[in-house]
Amino acid sequence: MTHSDLSSTSLQTVPIHTEEDLLTARHAVRAAALAEGLGLVAQTKLVTAASELVRNCYVHGGGGVLRIERVLPPPRRGLRIVVADQGPGIEDPDAALADGYSTGPGLGHGLGGARRLVDEFELRSEPGRGTTVVITRWTA
Amino acid sequence: MTSPDIPIIRLGEVLVAGLSRELDDKTVMLFADELSRRIGDTRASTVVLDITKVEVIDSFAARMLMEIAAMARLLGARVVLAGMRYSVAITLAELGLALPGVETALSVEHALNRRAGP
Ligand SMILES: Nc1ncnc2c1ncn2[C@@H]1O[C@H](COP(=O)(O)OP(=O)(O)O)[C@@H](O)[C@H]1O
Ligand SMILES: [Mg+2]
Repeated sequence: MTHSDLSSTSLQTVPIHTEEDLLTARHAVRAAALAEGLGLVAQTKLVTAASELVRNCYVHGGGGVLRIERVLPPPRRGLRIVVADQGPGIEDPDAALADGYSTGPGLGHGLGGARRLVDEFELRSEPGRGTTVVITRWTA
Repeated sequence: MTSPDIPIIRLGEVLVAGLSRELDDKTVMLFADELSRRIGDTRASTVVLDITKVEVIDSFAARMLMEIAAMARLLGARVVLAGMRYSVAITLAELGLALPGVETALSVEHALNRRAGP
């Protein structure tokens, strides 16, 4: 799957370098979800998934950026969140996606949980070069 | 140290605290400290955490709530999470976080009534 192509437009970018940025990112995603007409449950799921990803970006990835994009047809209309860092990357993505797997004090439900909360989930990571997670929620 | 963001009210043997809309990391940690002190001081048997206003509980906030509940239990008090929004409940379930060891109630009123019951 490609993103940032002609069928999507960037709405907003939030740098992720401090704990406050995590809140700012959440608020930005909430506002975008509201503006796209998502219902309360869908909004909450998307904001929570984004919250997991930006915290991972901050804690595990050493900081990075969150980008909010609107996906236009084709294929469908939707809201896409891209969270990217240039941190250490993830050695074993399958393990990292499993519930309960954490290399820190976390519960290890962030990545797998985020995947369950959205319609599309893509994890790209290269050890030593960083991690990018792209999540999409269809809005129509 | 006090956490003015999350006031803790005492009702007999019960402590009631209303969590703010956003559970940011520092506020929650200050609150945990303050709550443990208050439980120790008052020997409260129950802590009701009113989360009616909380719009998002991610795995970090869930872990904080579980740790607060565990800490309270060690001090002899049980924690009841009151008023979780259904959107938050659905999301937590999908995250796979059932908050083991944490009691829940529909509202603060329900939590207080349950205590007074048989
Ligand atoms: N952006 C990232 N950069 C490096 N490692 C990551 C990143 N995101 C997740 N990980 C790795 O994947 C594991 C699982 O992530 P997650 O499910 O969110 O659990 P937790 O954050 O609670 O540890 C993390 O413990 C970490 O090892
Ligand atoms: Mg995480």
